[in-house]
Amino acid sequence: MSQEPILTIRGLHKSFGDNHVLRGIDLDVQQGDCIAILGASGSGKSTFLRCLNFMEIPSDGAITHAGKTIGTERPGKPRVYSEDELTKVRQKVGMVFQQFNLFPHKTVLGNITEGLRIVQGKDKASSDARAREELARVGLAEKADEYPSRLSGGQKQRVAIARALALAPELMLFDEPTSALDPELVGEVLNVIRGIADEGRTMLLVTHEIGFAYHVANRVIFMADGIIQEEGPPEQVLKNPQNPLTQAFLARHKQFEF
Amino acid sequence: MYEWDFTAVIENSGLLWQGLLGTLAITGTALAFGLPLGLMLALSRLSPRKWLAWPAGFIIEFFRTTPPLVQLFWFFFALPILMDIQMTPYLAAAITFSIQSSAFFAEVFRAGIVSIERGQWEAARAIGMQRPQAMRRIILPQAVKRMIPAFTERSIELMKTTTLVATVSYADLLYQANELAQKTFRPIEVFTVTALIYFTVIFGLSLCVQAVERRLAVSGDSTVR
Repeated sequence: MSQEPILTIRGLHKSFGDNHVLRGIDLDVQQGDCIAILGASGSGKSTFLRCLNFMEIPSDGAITHAGKTIGTERPGKPRVYSEDELTKVRQKVGMVFQQFNLFPHKTVLGNITEGLRIVQGKDKASSDARAREELARVGLAEKADEYPSRLSGGQKQRVAIARALALAPELMLFDEPTSALDPELVGEVLNVIRGIADEGRTMLLVTHEIGFAYHVANRVIFMADGIIQEEGPPEQVLKNPQNPLTQAFLARHKQFEF
Repeated sequence: MYEWDFTAVIENSGLLWQGLLGTLAITGTALAFGLPLGLMLALSRLSPRKWLAWPAGFIIEFFRTTPPLVQLFWFFFALPILMDIQMTPYLAAAITFSIQSSAFFAEVFRAGIVSIERGQWEAARAIGMQRPQAMRRIILPQAVKRMIPAFTERSIELMKTTTLVATVSYADLLYQANELAQKTFRPIEVFTVTALIYFTVIFGLSLCVQAVERRLAVSGDSTVR
């Protein structure tokens, strides 16, 4: 039985000047999906993810969140988006960045409570309690009063995940969350993400960790040249790819797996 | 060989103290109005709204590129004639240096703001902040910290530039020194002491700023290594 998708993407295009990065993407995301997006650099996978919370404004196409299509249609032109509308969408979509982007002038706790207090208008006591709850989930309860500069990369990324989760998003976006980490720190972050996926939270994850995609995702998307080349369950896309581009991509990556 | 004699200077030191107070008053006024005005100009110039950005840019460039002495004369001599507004030397100097320093401070603010990584904006917007909230809560606090050295530099420049107010008979330190030199026929001593007063005040203040900077350095990234 299929229910209403929580996210629908239709005919998504994005250009930066003459550079046509996304060339028509269609995708339905169901509640509880964990979708891994693979592709070489320049394939448009990060741009695609960043369009979903409007960090990038789509050049064309429509994105529907929980039954509501974002933006206002204009005949013959791309949709227009109001700042208020996008601000509301972003509150329901958590994002984790490759470079963490913690606020360096705020403590770990302050990073997490910022959105709760300023955006959601919660009082200090309940924001703090909520933030500590999320910090405990990512295993950093004792770091609440530290500043980000005193944390390792893996710890920073776990705080960034807690910051996004604290706002109780309906959808989580991970943009290469382990690519900026030293190899020995990748595991702790992947474990946290796996824990969130196991709770059944809907998420899209741009990653180079093919093994992680295989074990955690329920759907895998392979992108090249700004479109989805192949999409399906991980066993199919990763073990028995049909598209020659997917096959070539996976062959390149397998050289490094021992 | 010249014979130094500071007796006359010491006996009349009250005049110099009054002058110092005058200098501090005009510098303080210019800072008190110039900083918030500079911030407003910087935010306007960075605004996506062209009708805000262009006039702000014009004001900043105009007051940065015209000599402060000309501005001072214009406010003190021209404005009363053109608009029938009478100004005291203090008021003319206060207006001139508030606007003039705001133009420079605006550029300091702007440089600080644009130096903050794009990721900070993105993180703020990703948690649902609107642009003004992100600016106030995330970008500006980090920018201000980075601005402190440039801000100190501009304030020192400001204090020295205020010596121009002597030309409209505002009794600042330099004006008083001039009076004293003519009265005592001891210009070398008078101006030596005057230079030492400027040095002591400005150097003292910049030591204070460095101390503040070092305290701020405790919380993460900073300009002091």
